[in-house]
Amino acid sequence: MDSSGLFTLVPLIVFLPVAGLLVNIIFGGRMGEKAIGWLASAASGFAFVISALLGFALWTGSGQAVVVRFADWIHIGDLNVAWNFRVDTLSVLMMLVVSGVGTLIHIYAIGYMHEDVRFKNDIGRYRRFFVFLNLFIAMMMILVSGDSYLMLFVGWEGVGLCSFLLIGFWYDMDTLGRPSFANSNAARKAFITNRIGDFGFLIAGFTMFWWFKDLSFAGVFTQAEHIASTAPGVILFITLFLLVGVAGKSAQLPLYVWLPDAMAGPTPVSALIHAATMVTAGVYLVARSAPLYTLVPQAQTTVALVGGITALFAATIAVGQYDIKKVLAYSTISQLGFMVAAVGMGAFVAGMFHLVTHAFFKALLFLSAGSVILGLERGHHHLAHHDEQGSSSHEEVFDPSDMRNMGGLRKQMPVTFWLYLVGALALAGIFPLAGFWSKDEILADAFHKFPTVYWLLTIAAFLTAFYMGRQVWMVFFGMPRHAAAAHAEESPKVITIPLMILAGLAVLGGALNLPGVHSLTLWLKHTIAGVEAGEFNFFVAGLSTGLALLAIFISWVLYGRKPLAEGQEDPLKKLLGPLFTVFERKYWVDEFYWAVFVNRYVDIARFLADVIDGRFWHDFFHEKVIAGTYNWLSRTVLDLRVDQQFIDALANGLGELTKRISGGLRRLQNGFVRSYALAVLAGVVVILGYLILK
Amino acid sequence: MAHTIPLSWYLAISALLFAMGALGVLVRRNPLIIFMSVELMLNAANLAFVTFARSFGVLTGQIFVFFVMTVSAAEVAVGLALIIIIFRNKHSIDVDLMNSLKG
Repeated sequence: MDSSGLFTLVPLIVFLPVAGLLVNIIFGGRMGEKAIGWLASAASGFAFVISALLGFALWTGSGQAVVVRFADWIHIGDLNVAWNFRVDTLSVLMMLVVSGVGTLIHIYAIGYMHEDVRFKNDIGRYRRFFVFLNLFIAMMMILVSGDSYLMLFVGWEGVGLCSFLLIGFWYDMDTLGRPSFANSNAARKAFITNRIGDFGFLIAGFTMFWWFKDLSFAGVFTQAEHIASTAPGVILFITLFLLVGVAGKSAQLPLYVWLPDAMAGPTPVSALIHAATMVTAGVYLVARSAPLYTLVPQAQTTVALVGGITALFAATIAVGQYDIKKVLAYSTISQLGFMVAAVGMGAFVAGMFHLVTHAFFKALLFLSAGSVILGLERGHHHLAHHDEQGSSSHEEVFDPSDMRNMGGLRKQMPVTFWLYLVGALALAGIFPLAGFWSKDEILADAFHKFPTVYWLLTIAAFLTAFYMGRQVWMVFFGMPRHAAAAHAEESPKVITIPLMILAGLAVLGGALNLPGVHSLTLWLKHTIAGVEAGEFNFFVAGLSTGLALLAIFISWVLYGRKPLAEGQEDPLKKLLGPLFTVFERKYWVDEFYWAVFVNRYVDIARFLADVIDGRFWHDFFHEKVIAGTYNWLSRTVLDLRVDQQFIDALANGLGELTKRISGGLRRLQNGFVRSYALAVLAGVVVILGYLILK
Repeated sequence: MAHTIPLSWYLAISALLFAMGALGVLVRRNPLIIFMSVELMLNAANLAFVTFARSFGVLTGQIFVFFVMTVSAAEVAVGLALIIIIFRNKHSIDVDLMNSLKG
């Protein structure tokens, strides 16, 4: 069967989610919650089916990239950009991850948002959430399927917008539901930080156009080698500025600061956008630009170092966090560091492999964390209802995502516990879960190519296992440290079933690229030239597994053996002393940024507002120069001199003249017929006299 | 016809009648007298017409006199009607009282 006809279906991956969101916008008001949620999930699910068909077509065909012309977009001078879809093994892999994980998260969100909008007392926002989610899927699909850097950028900005909208979804409250700007500030922080990264992307794009006169992948990559030999700095310049974009979108040093705050969004958003898909766009960008990066080793080194340092840096912060989602957020940054380091070293397959498995287990972890949070909120509500007539002892602010309020949830939420455990072990890299294989491939590649990064990543992997162990002990073991935890309830099936599927993927995901089989390597080989199957290294695998087990053991010693009591200080604090405070306070990076950048920016803005705009433009230029001149011209010149003293005088003079003449003439009109008759006679006499005498 | 009355005598009488009529129109305040004076002026003109017609031996002037008499009769009819209306409104026919149109 010739399956190449399937490629023409590719625009549907964008337009199905768009159709879903349009239907929800127009008819959602009358559809009811269930229908809205399932429709949005179906739109995403069909996009997954289409992606799978595209994958099938590639698999049965030659595996070479297919470009599907869709629409002309820009024709200006030398710049020709069409909206083309690029179907190749790399983009289809991304499509499958985005729509597959996305669909599961849509289904999960049906249950999650049903409760969330009720805890937050605004049922009307349920529909909006699914509209945004579908928009996100559409934008992410544009990003991964675009055939040029510009189309990629369109999707890149689109997902940034969706991220902003969804972080600020509860824009009028903070994460605890109190009226506040906290969530909208988090959204703005994400948006603005991403703008800085996008600036780098744009500079890279402009440079690319300037030198290549083309922005399509094929056009850029075919000329790259030639340009690299004639103007060696150009490719380095482009790739480094692309790295700025990557650092923004994929939350790498120094632009990672927005991602932890992005946890202000509802948990499905954290899972979908801020863990599984959008933040991996940077990794995808580097992998997509592989032909550029492989030309400049300096850029590769920089990317790998940024990734490695970020991986370690974020992992240390994760150790000192108490918020269940914040731990996962820093973990995400750390794991993104792994991926960026991998694609930076040229281990594109390992990076993409880890991207896929990470999408599985990090989505699983986030969604399970969401289930935990909902469980605690249910327990809290339960208490509040029991307490209605009595005292207001539960009126105190309760943070359902603070791990110090949890404990012992293993008994209350057994399903969530097991699912969480699978995710945590996969993330920690325990054999034979997905994380083991993908992380190990990165480590093995780093071991051969870049020892510095290898050691950075190994320590990060050790810390990863430690903070995941710490989290699991704190959340699920020991005794409840808050009444809400004691009354927590398990989540319904609509929430747990997507989690089970993700858990299955987190267990089996490693099969994608098992050592010796290398199916993913063979798959991506069609798109990324020169990738080679990594070798399985027993030393690396053994060391990382041993370290992970050691880390889990240490975390058991600290948190599992003697569970944290209510109000007890973190035992790690005693052990590490001030270092723990450094981790807990996130190295004061936010404070540093505030002091160095944000406040200086505010100062400049204030200066511009007060001095330049207020005093110079408004008070001086507008009030004095423009308004003053205008007033002088209109009042003195036009009004007084021209209008009053000339035009009015002229008109009044004419009137006065007419009045005087008429005053003289009216005396003749005396009403006596005889005087008129005399006048007639006199006239006749005069005329006759003239006629006779002339 | 040596002893016929010369043309200039007729014209002198005509002029005298006209002047008397004009003076009457200008100085009298009773509209009836004014109308009579106007008749005097018309008849002065008639006399001049007849005089010249006789003198030149043509009938044109004599015919014209009939037209003038007809018109003057009509004029007097209209004028008298006006005087009656004015009297009804003002209970007087003094022309000096009729100055409502003065400026």
